[in-house]
Amino acid sequence: MTQTTLASARHPGSDTPMSLAPDRLTHLQRLEAESIHIMREVAAEAERPVMLYSIGKDSAVMLHLAAKAFFPGKPPFPLLHVDTTWKFQAMYEMRERMARDLGFDLLVHKNPDAVARGINPFDHGPAHTDLWKTEGLKQALAAHGFDAAFGGARRDEEKSRAKERIFSFRSAEQRWDPKNQRPELWRLYNARKNKGESIRVFPISNWTELDIWQYIHLENIPIVPLYFSAARPVVERDGALIMVDDDRFRLRPDETPMMKSVRFRTLGCYPLTGAVESTAETLPQIIQEMLLTTTSERQGRAIDHDQSASMEKKKQEGYF
Amino acid sequence: MSKAYKPADLIETDIDAYLVQHQHKSLLRFITCGSVDDGKSTLIGRLLYDSKMIFEDQLAALEADSRKVGTQGGAIDFALLVDGLAAEREQGITIDVAYRFFATDHRKFIVADTPGHEQYTRNMVTGASTADAAVVLIDARKGVLTQTRRHSYLVNLLGIRNVVLAVNKMDLVGWDQAVFDAIVSEYRDFAGQIGLQTFTAIPMSALDGQNITEPSAAAPWYDGPPLMRWLETVAVDDDLAARPFRMPVQWVNRPNLDFRGFSGQIAAGTVRPGDRVKVLPSGRESRVARIVTQPGDLDQAVAGQSVTLTLADEVDISRGDVLAAADDPCPVANQFESTLVWMDDEPMLPGRPYLMKIGAQTLTASITEPKYRVQVNTLEHIAAKRLELNEIGVCNLSLDRAIPFEAYGANRDLGGFILIDRISNRTVGAGMLHFALRRADNIHWQATDIDKAARADQKSQKGRVVWFTGLSGAGKSTIANLVEKRLHALGRHTYLLDGDNVRHGLNKDLGFTEEDRVENIRRVAEVSKLMVDAGLIVLTAFISPFRAERRMAREMMTADEFVEVYVETPLSVAESRDVKGLYKKARAGELRNFTGIDSPYEPPEHAELTVDTTTLSPIEAAEQIVAWLEAD
Repeated sequence: MTQTTLASARHPGSDTPMSLAPDRLTHLQRLEAESIHIMREVAAEAERPVMLYSIGKDSAVMLHLAAKAFFPGKPPFPLLHVDTTWKFQAMYEMRERMARDLGFDLLVHKNPDAVARGINPFDHGPAHTDLWKTEGLKQALAAHGFDAAFGGARRDEEKSRAKERIFSFRSAEQRWDPKNQRPELWRLYNARKNKGESIRVFPISNWTELDIWQYIHLENIPIVPLYFSAARPVVERDGALIMVDDDRFRLRPDETPMMKSVRFRTLGCYPLTGAVESTAETLPQIIQEMLLTTTSERQGRAIDHDQSASMEKKKQEGYF
Repeated sequence: MSKAYKPADLIETDIDAYLVQHQHKSLLRFITCGSVDDGKSTLIGRLLYDSKMIFEDQLAALEADSRKVGTQGGAIDFALLVDGLAAEREQGITIDVAYRFFATDHRKFIVADTPGHEQYTRNMVTGASTADAAVVLIDARKGVLTQTRRHSYLVNLLGIRNVVLAVNKMDLVGWDQAVFDAIVSEYRDFAGQIGLQTFTAIPMSALDGQNITEPSAAAPWYDGPPLMRWLETVAVDDDLAARPFRMPVQWVNRPNLDFRGFSGQIAAGTVRPGDRVKVLPSGRESRVARIVTQPGDLDQAVAGQSVTLTLADEVDISRGDVLAAADDPCPVANQFESTLVWMDDEPMLPGRPYLMKIGAQTLTASITEPKYRVQVNTLEHIAAKRLELNEIGVCNLSLDRAIPFEAYGANRDLGGFILIDRISNRTVGAGMLHFALRRADNIHWQATDIDKAARADQKSQKGRVVWFTGLSGAGKSTIANLVEKRLHALGRHTYLLDGDNVRHGLNKDLGFTEEDRVENIRRVAEVSKLMVDAGLIVLTAFISPFRAERRMAREMMTADEFVEVYVETPLSVAESRDVKGLYKKARAGELRNFTGIDSPYEPPEHAELTVDTTTLSPIEAAEQIVAWLEAD
């Protein structure tokens, strides 16, 4: 498969497979232009913006777009990773590499309370997500005085996201009020806020999962190798394939890790993230598998299973 | 069911070919208008289903739900797919715009799904603002209804030129061509009235999937496209790329001393290196040197793209300026006629300054009394003093500086704006510029040889306004009078503007509604400004209850000319004094809109001086104020 970047596709007369009429942008070009526009608005209007970095594929696209938006300058905001200490090792490696290669300032926050209490996904259930992610995020935003935080959420992911604004306001207590969202018209974003309030900004709101993958493919964006199939040690637990990524994993008496050809469709804390059996080793194969697949994306993530309105509730409490 | 829109075969056999095909798809954003009863949810569910955007887990859930609560006798009820809205209503959550995504072999689509009822006009306007096309649904049994008219009016107002009249539920009228023709004929008359020049009418049944993806055998008399075919082929880009170049500058990119680029999303036209551009509003000209993007420079860029331009000359450009084709720049003005859609629970008050965001700039705008408001159901023009939530009116706007613009009909990015409340920071309205009013241009400020400083110097003083604010009965007039006497004794040249006195003359046409109070303060501020220009120390004693208007007055003066004095008195104390007997009347309901009783008082947050009348006598308060003024 030859790599055809968007930029070269923009040159009329270049040897792209289908020549573009100069007045016609492709859907990815329109999405890219919109995301860049949003990022520049935030940079111009917020006092202390930050980009939330979760190391997943959506974050990878967001970072890539940020680099484009301010090229040849550096993005005028740092990256923030709210760490749970339970991510896959491959994710930590990617995090360091991306920050270095793109020249971002990287901030890592670990909730000191969760560190002290040794919060982990084995003993603490929902408190794990709540303390590391929700509380950790609030702490980090408050500690640095960030008034605008980019997140890589998409509207096609989940029902409550479909209705969330691109500029989504948080009260001084960092709560989301779905009943009181500002009208958002044209390309005009009202970034004004009262003291203590902050904004979560979702520059890739209008991208779908397929758009993300296709863009990664066309722009050759580095992603964590876990998205590609490989033989990995997993155990089957409660119907899910969980990878034994380090020696903190508590095997049950009847469990023995077995090597299986698996990959991950979403990435989170490794003991909470289900793998799928797959042989997809290239991006086209991943996309092919995704398109032919029979279950929607978030099934692999334990967080949504609790209750159907769980995402909306978590968001109101300050989860991204 | 048709396989025509299931790309599964190609995905399975040749993913690379599929990806190339998908890469070159264009994007169409459209809005669906109509209520749930018209089959809107069914239609969207059908489009998602037919384009295979429903996963099997969702489908399994859908089949189960259809058996349990569906309205289609156990068959798949597509409406359940998208009826987040019904659930919202039960939970009492604001019915909102939801965005949904699907793709066919030719295009990718983003649907703005908005509720149809009148109380959600602002939501529909929001959804329509980014749409390239609109699908207006009609129930064939009911024909053109009031809400059809309202939706069509809004669609046209927001500048959507690609409109489908989707005559749904044709199966329930036996696919009778006469019914369809009558509806189309009635709609055509209405479309002409609102200036909607063309539309495409399609007879369909969303429930049965007739004329959705494939031509319907049930309607052999219809030879137009099925809906999906229309959506896939309708022209998206208008002729924007062929128009003169315009780009609002969002961000000045200056990573080091050697690079200075101007970043923005191109609003119209095409740009190439070497093109001459004019910077607006300054009018300076230069030439485009490079079109910078990552990974490489471009030979040309067109409307819709986000780029960074460098220019051949060093020109002063900042965020909010517009780069335009030098041989065909856009006009610059500071007064406009516009249509406003009000979106806030608090009404629009004429004269009150609002923040206006247009393109990449934010400035201050004040709005005149509406010329009329539009009854969106009947299109009648109705006289109005203000605009309430969801009301639409035509008003003049006056801005604090001139801006480059285009009529909204010609360019959404340069003619569409939002209004922001300066205190709550909420987005309270949206509007569309129609044309510039030339009044301000023709009445130039007459420069005089003797200026403000000269007039003030002659009096050995600094001209300024001492703005007293506080409840009725707080003691504003009493204290202001004492202050003036002392200043006069010190040889200062003063003038006291008293609330009651001004209402006998200059403002005798004004009452006490919120609108009139705003206008009252605006006039007093203008008169004060003239007197400060004359070098006088002006004392004003007005309740002036709203922060927004006090801020307006403050911003009309230079920074050190405005001295806000808060005469602080608790309501109970002011009411117990009741020198003029007004509180008694207000409590008895004989006086309406009385501050502190049935109209709010917003105390100052950053007054230069606060005098507490419960601890200070009027004489002591006046002495403090004079001491402050003389020391400053």
